[in-house]
Amino acid sequence: MLAKRIIPCLDVRDGKVVKGVQFRNHEIIGDIVPLAQKYAEAGADELVFYDITASSDDRVVDKSWVSRIAQVIDIPFCVAGGIKTEADAKQILMMGADKISINSPALRDPSLISRLADIFGQQCIVVGVDSFFNQDANNGLGEYQVYQFTGDESRTQKTKWRTLDWIQEVQKLGAGEIVLNCMNQDGVRQGYDIAQLSQVRKLCNVPLIASGGAGEISHFVDVFQQADVDGALAASVFHKGIIAMDELKQHLQNEKVEIRLC
Amino acid sequence: MNKNKPANFVIVDTGCANLASVKFAVERLGFAITISDDINTIKNADKVILPGVGSARHAMENIQAKGLVATLQQLKQPVLGFCLGMQLMARSSVEGAKTDEVVQCLALIPTDICPLDAKDLRMPHMGWNTLTQVSDHPVFAGINAEDYFYFVHSFAAPVSEYTVARCQYGSEFSAAIAKDNFIGCQFHPERSSSLGSKIIKNFLEM
Repeated sequence: MLAKRIIPCLDVRDGKVVKGVQFRNHEIIGDIVPLAQKYAEAGADELVFYDITASSDDRVVDKSWVSRIAQVIDIPFCVAGGIKTEADAKQILMMGADKISINSPALRDPSLISRLADIFGQQCIVVGVDSFFNQDANNGLGEYQVYQFTGDESRTQKTKWRTLDWIQEVQKLGAGEIVLNCMNQDGVRQGYDIAQLSQVRKLCNVPLIASGGAGEISHFVDVFQQADVDGALAASVFHKGIIAMDELKQHLQNEKVEIRLC
Repeated sequence: MNKNKPANFVIVDTGCANLASVKFAVERLGFAITISDDINTIKNADKVILPGVGSARHAMENIQAKGLVATLQQLKQPVLGFCLGMQLMARSSVEGAKTDEVVQCLALIPTDICPLDAKDLRMPHMGWNTLTQVSDHPVFAGINAEDYFYFVHSFAAPVSEYTVARCQYGSEFSAAIAKDNFIGCQFHPERSSSLGSKIIKNFLEM
């Protein structure tokens, strides 16, 4: 059986792991390599590293940490942030990353998804989607909308895309996996956005990863059982030691969620 | 293996992207290994690893451009393929092929790579999956069905007489194939935690 994946996410800024609340007020959590190693050994199924400043700063970022991570961990990992071209993607993959995730650059130039999938294979092209539920939109009925440049609050802006439309578009273009980051929930640890993830799931035929809102073990059970996502991504609950990986996985297995115990 | 001189392990530089992670996985086990596309270096290796990610067409074009087809076909030492590297050991693949054509592969193992029939399951097949059957092959020593390995693929080798391990995702397919000195794993041993390392270690020590 294919196991559901537990994916610690490490937000990286200037080579350090940081965490903010609803994309704000980033505090330093620690060095990347020992944290990556710790999670791999604890039984994480995959790791995601978000270089959160890259897309919004528009500068050349030192990515040598990718190679240092590849040297020490023996589980797959994905790198996100600042990948705008085929050359950027190649550099990251050659350093040992298994997948690359693109977000704002895909919104600016959707054909980038197709070009990357053609060269490197659909399986290593992840599209990250930052989605915000705007209560005032759609004549007050509310609507899920895609945002970009979310790494920098001063530049964060709404795009023309409704989330459900963008989800379908990126699959047509060749995305191999989608990470749906539910911005209303991010960092507040009140549970994943089951309603939104369920809607997206119906339209998503590639692996779907839930992001934003994990605060306790039951949230993981809920997102797998109710939204049928393939993986659940979380940051602060792991970084702050609120949830232990082995306890989480044992609990999921007890709840009949297919999971890889370590 | 001659115990007096260090073993000479080579990763074939297929021009694909996961060379570094394969090299690091071998080095974590305490072995030295060289990445090379040099014909003599590959020929003289004690063991050869053939990695690969991306499409069969791109990878075969790289191998042809480097003039390595005959070299790889004539290897007599143990050769281990990872993921696309395994698929390249087959006669042909439809991945990346133009309509009504197939990509000619290295024809080391007489099987043909076709789309994975996942039924109504999501594609690509991505993540940790258990094996459903494991044969008595030295590379799989200590590995059991129900052990998890990391898979990322949309194409697969069908179950055949060359299958040495099986996996189920919608339908059953080869998790590993072998013939003579060649063995290939559909999953990524370099990304399959301690059990994946065990497979690499088994290969390098056999």
